[in-house]
Amino acid sequence: MSQKILLDKINVPGIKTYEVYRREGGYASVEKALKTLTPDEVVEEVKTSGLRGRGGAGFPAGMKWSFIDKKSGKPRHLVCNADESEPGTFKDRFLMEYIPHLLIEGMITSSYALGANLSYIYIRGEYMWVYKILERAIAEAKNAGWLGKNILGSGYDLELYVQIGGGAYICGEETALIESLEGKRGNPRIKPPFPAVSGLWANPTVVNNVETIATVPWIVNNSGADYAKIGIGRSTGTKLISASGHIKNPGVYEIELGLSVHEFMNSDEYLGGMIDDRPLKAFVPGGSSVPVLPANLIYKTANNEDRLMSYESLSDGGFATGSMLGSGGFIVYNDTACIVRNTWNFSRFYHHESCGQCSPCREGTGWLEKVLHRIENGHGREEDIELLWSIQSRIEGNTICPLGDAAAWPVAAAIRHFKDEFEYHIRFPEKIKNRDHFVAEPFEKVKHLVTKLEV
Amino acid sequence: MERTDYKQEINITEALMVRINELISHYPEDKRKSALLPVLHEVQDAHDNWLSIELQDKVAEILHIKPVEVYEVVSFYTMFNRRPIGKYMFEFCQTSPCCLRGVENLMDYTCEKLGVKVGEPTPDGMFEVRGVECLGACGYAPMMQLGDFYQEHLTPEKIDQLIVNCRDNKITLHDK
Repeated sequence: MSQKILLDKINVPGIKTYEVYRREGGYASVEKALKTLTPDEVVEEVKTSGLRGRGGAGFPAGMKWSFIDKKSGKPRHLVCNADESEPGTFKDRFLMEYIPHLLIEGMITSSYALGANLSYIYIRGEYMWVYKILERAIAEAKNAGWLGKNILGSGYDLELYVQIGGGAYICGEETALIESLEGKRGNPRIKPPFPAVSGLWANPTVVNNVETIATVPWIVNNSGADYAKIGIGRSTGTKLISASGHIKNPGVYEIELGLSVHEFMNSDEYLGGMIDDRPLKAFVPGGSSVPVLPANLIYKTANNEDRLMSYESLSDGGFATGSMLGSGGFIVYNDTACIVRNTWNFSRFYHHESCGQCSPCREGTGWLEKVLHRIENGHGREEDIELLWSIQSRIEGNTICPLGDAAAWPVAAAIRHFKDEFEYHIRFPEKIKNRDHFVAEPFEKVKHLVTKLEV
Repeated sequence: MERTDYKQEINITEALMVRINELISHYPEDKRKSALLPVLHEVQDAHDNWLSIELQDKVAEILHIKPVEVYEVVSFYTMFNRRPIGKYMFEFCQTSPCCLRGVENLMDYTCEKLGVKVGEPTPDGMFEVRGVECLGACGYAPMMQLGDFYQEHLTPEKIDQLIVNCRDNKITLHDK
């Protein structure tokens, strides 16, 4: 069993409630920080820990905190990004639903570190019942004296509220989230200025993912140095992984960074191997935006080293032979899955979720969806693969926010690693008429047809 | 042209107004507009899950903002409905991880069972089936949202039972 930091108490009966959470040592980090540490000392611990943003980008959290503008004298805010919408990702919901006080404790300790007196948790609209769980938990924490004026007699004041979204993936992008929190459409802002200087209501603001904030209590209770001992290299600590697709045990797992992908996939403690013991075809390790990898690059890198669950190992080889840890949305595909269909599905998602501000994304995501749809439905043309490549390359890097890149990368990776599957769809349209075409006849069994044609 | 001539009876009850004022109090006094999304959810829940232009105008009045500031938000976010919808809206997640676990066949099954097409309410207004994008429940697929709650690990048998429970008025839509 590897070390658990976030989920170590998850099986304690009643841990959802304030009483049990407190009895189990909850809110100790608030006491320790407010009574014995200065805000800057808390920031230093988080810096030392090497904790990286768990929403997907992996930016060092302590460094992000240190950018917050304290000189202007404007009110500062901490905003928790609970907009979790990256396909394949459902870890934050798990934390908030089953141990809501951990996030609230993290919000108080982190707000203290940043000198924020008014903080928010922005949660996606579809998690309506979790919103209610958080609202009730905040009321419990407030009743117990952990929120409000002069907390623990320290002179520190904090109000914390939950804000509910309206169903828009783009609001997971931090500046779009801030716009939404201001009661507007979720259109990302041009950076700079960064939120640390001008965020919510033009005040200095830090936006952090749920899992990032929920890790802070452990770091404060133990130490940044202790946290940095867990994990591997610059991938310190533990990570929540949301696992889905064709595996025996889908769900949320806390792993120590550095665990091998092979063990995570196959051990009974984790995913338990493939459902019905069918062959592994592909995986997406970090949510729908990151590149899909074929079977031969999953357990081993291109250099024939073991592939590990870490920021560095999953991206080893760059996009040519690697992918990204991203949000930890781990999607597994067996030989009955169709990569073309999966790519079309993701492109439809990004087209639907594009805010429409930037032309390359607004138009490009629609074109990707359209071309992929016709290939998947037996109307593809030989030149379509080139066309897809050209469209995705013109979206990437040409938009205000990363949604453009997120839409482009899955298409590029699918063509890079599964080009023959696209060719098969285009050349044998009668064989892919059925939606579940690879269920009866996996691609592995028919791919020789594509090769034969090229000879 | 999209139909916009649906009629809606507006009723901002005292209890609803108390909740709205509570939501407004979560923001600094000069930032009432920030309460827009939470207020829209509350108002929509209290009005058969949709927001007519008149109701949106009312929200603008309550928050001291221009009607267009409400319209542009309502039209941007997928959870706000601008026309009457089925009382029991089965919103199936149709993003890839759910497809790997058979949601497409399950949606076909549900539509056939209810005798509807995706996006069209049953004639009695009781049910509607919709496909939506990732709901964040990939490990519990196939699944759908029904009101404020998720229904997960779905099977045809579970769908049958849900339909019966809806007809028997045994399903809570909103957690108030």
